[in-house]
Amino acid sequence: MKRSLTLLSTFALLHSSFSADWPQFRGPNASAVSTEATAPGPKVNIDWSVDLPGRGLSSPIVVGDKVFITCSSGPDQSNLHVFCFSAADGKKIWERVMKATGRTMSHNKTCVAAPTPCSDGERVFALYSSNDLFAFDLAGNLLWLRGLTYDYSNASNSLGMSSSPVVVGDTLVVQSENDSESLAVGIDVTTGKNRWKKERPKAANWTSAVVYQNVVALQSSKGLTGVNPRTGEIEWDYTDGASTTPSSAVTKNAIYVPSNGITALSPEKGSASQIWRAGGLKPGTGSPLVLGDAIYVLNGTGVLIRASITNGDEAWKLRLKGPLSGSPVAAGQYIYIVSERGDFQVIDTTAKEGAVVHTVELKDTLLCTPAISDGAVFVRSDKKLWKLK
Amino acid sequence: MKAHLLSLLAPIGLVAPYSSHLAAASLSGPLAEIRAVDREGTGNEKATSAWQKLTQADPATLPEVLAGMNGANPLAENWLRAAVGVIADQASAAKKLPIEAVQAFLSDTKNSPAPRVVAYDIIQRAQPELAEKITPSLLEDPSSELRRHPVAKLLQSGDEDLAQGRKEEATNAYLKAMNSARDEDQIKDLAKKLKDLDKPVDLPKHFGFLMNWKLIAPFTNVERKGFDTAFPPEQEIRPDAVYPGKNADAKWIDFNSADDYGQIDFNKPFTMLKEVTGYAYTEFESAEARDAQIRLGCKDGWKVWLNGELLFARDEYHRGAKLDQYKLPVKLKKGKNAILVKCCQNEQTESWTVEWQFQLRICDATGTAILSAK
Repeated sequence: MKRSLTLLSTFALLHSSFSADWPQFRGPNASAVSTEATAPGPKVNIDWSVDLPGRGLSSPIVVGDKVFITCSSGPDQSNLHVFCFSAADGKKIWERVMKATGRTMSHNKTCVAAPTPCSDGERVFALYSSNDLFAFDLAGNLLWLRGLTYDYSNASNSLGMSSSPVVVGDTLVVQSENDSESLAVGIDVTTGKNRWKKERPKAANWTSAVVYQNVVALQSSKGLTGVNPRTGEIEWDYTDGASTTPSSAVTKNAIYVPSNGITALSPEKGSASQIWRAGGLKPGTGSPLVLGDAIYVLNGTGVLIRASITNGDEAWKLRLKGPLSGSPVAAGQYIYIVSERGDFQVIDTTAKEGAVVHTVELKDTLLCTPAISDGAVFVRSDKKLWKLK
Repeated sequence: MKAHLLSLLAPIGLVAPYSSHLAAASLSGPLAEIRAVDREGTGNEKATSAWQKLTQADPATLPEVLAGMNGANPLAENWLRAAVGVIADQASAAKKLPIEAVQAFLSDTKNSPAPRVVAYDIIQRAQPELAEKITPSLLEDPSSELRRHPVAKLLQSGDEDLAQGRKEEATNAYLKAMNSARDEDQIKDLAKKLKDLDKPVDLPKHFGFLMNWKLIAPFTNVERKGFDTAFPPEQEIRPDAVYPGKNADAKWIDFNSADDYGQIDFNKPFTMLKEVTGYAYTEFESAEARDAQIRLGCKDGWKVWLNGELLFARDEYHRGAKLDQYKLPVKLKKGKNAILVKCCQNEQTESWTVEWQFQLRICDATGTAILSAK
């Protein structure tokens, strides 16, 4: 009996640890919605903050009790940092500093540490706008590295790139989509070598992939393409165009694509049928999310729109403090977003017309998308990483 | 029992591994395996285990691991940079950082710039006062990254002199800094301060911009097809030639840039055309056969040839341009070197797509200008 209790508690610990992970840009499956039972709730405040030595738009990710974050520093931003902090108290566990092998030029508003790292629970994959890609284990041991612009010399964007990688099973999918040598690769997580490499539309693209029923959905100006992560084979293809800035929202049964407003798709092998289209739902920079029976779209003027996931009909609109660059994330009934001026805002989606129920002034420029784990929210600026709880 | 306990603890990093620290003699194998990494993940598997071995090396071997970066490709450099970081962290924690040996490595300019920068960073973190002491000696360093530190100190010193009304001292500090500055931000800052002190800087000469060209246009670039079309200047350079162009004859003209940052602007002689291709040709006289870099900034589609050899081609339009956006390693031959640039303007009509221009300079790997012998 005692032994089975021990086993049970061990399982509970492991499960609890896993369920709290926020392993990539916009969390589990890139859905932007926390799957853990303990939500941060509305009244979060600063638990701790740490200084960062460089710039970054990338989100923090959380694996177990560790927070990982990337930065870039130096006059040409060629110093590439990966940090591991304790989620409990912000203590630095390790830091690695590498050098960009690809081009580091970007628009002033963005920077080289723009893509968010991702993790399969054992490894952390840190990608930068320079197309440098590093795999570390959770203890900071370097497992492998790649320089995708070193490999493919015209794969770069002079405005900077920001597509975040996703990992599915034992394959890491990386997009390097641009006007010149535009490509996506599926990389073996154990060796860092290509399983496949695909030519992608020759057009600058800042969106990130989402994972839908174990298929990686790659968005571009052409549309949304479902790719088998192991082989790179196309499973389905939606070709009616899509945004190159906000990414799609995903649930178990549908993908909501920023395409001609929002287009809801129900992809399956060989087809990507349209469920509905709402031309008035036009996301700005941030990506939409689906919470319960509603989709939330943040438009270019800082208005959050709630609409039905059944037909796209609008329910309410709520003006937030802007301007806003990051994407909203959610846990429980609350949506969390931070403005460029540092206003961390908590929105109660169950209020009749939606309501901002709490604001924390972080007094800095914040362009990132928050991460949620273990009842806390993590955000970063070019100077700091915060935990709010 | 004791051994058993140690073997249990070692894998979780609580004690040093059984094999104790790797001695210097054992490093050659792991270093070679890491230096063998190459494109598309080649050598990654061997490098992974080699990296583990290196990070268990005795702290005294730090200079040897740094030396492993000499001449390595940028991927291998990164593998070794990470290993050095771990060894240095462990050495610092154990108070065994071989600081004198690291300083000696830094001082030896036969070592490559990249590991010397890493050595400086180690010193700066471990003993900032020592780094401060070393800094002035880096003013003429082969590494532009290391030069930044003494240039910044001179800038600060000049500012302090200026604030105290000591104009001559300030001017001398700025001039000395300018002579060594290689990074655009510092050069811009210094040039402005010196101009304010009536000591204008010849920026094109400082950077090594090529200012005098022959230009020909307009060939077509409708549907961006001109980029891959080999128009006559790709076969022959005949200054008196006239070719059928897009809506007009294409003829060579002389163009001398007066821009501080060496912009060669096709819009000036040919007007603001769209969907066109132009070429620029110049000759550079090198005093000797040598390694060099052609550095280009351009936001249009472009190709560059040196002595008839295509160096690079890029079909990205209007995503931004900056100084030294592209660094192309070249071998100059002694005497005349022919440089041809193809510059394609596209169909976009937004106000930020007007530019049809490039800037090109010749320098060494540090960014120090190489000037034409004629």
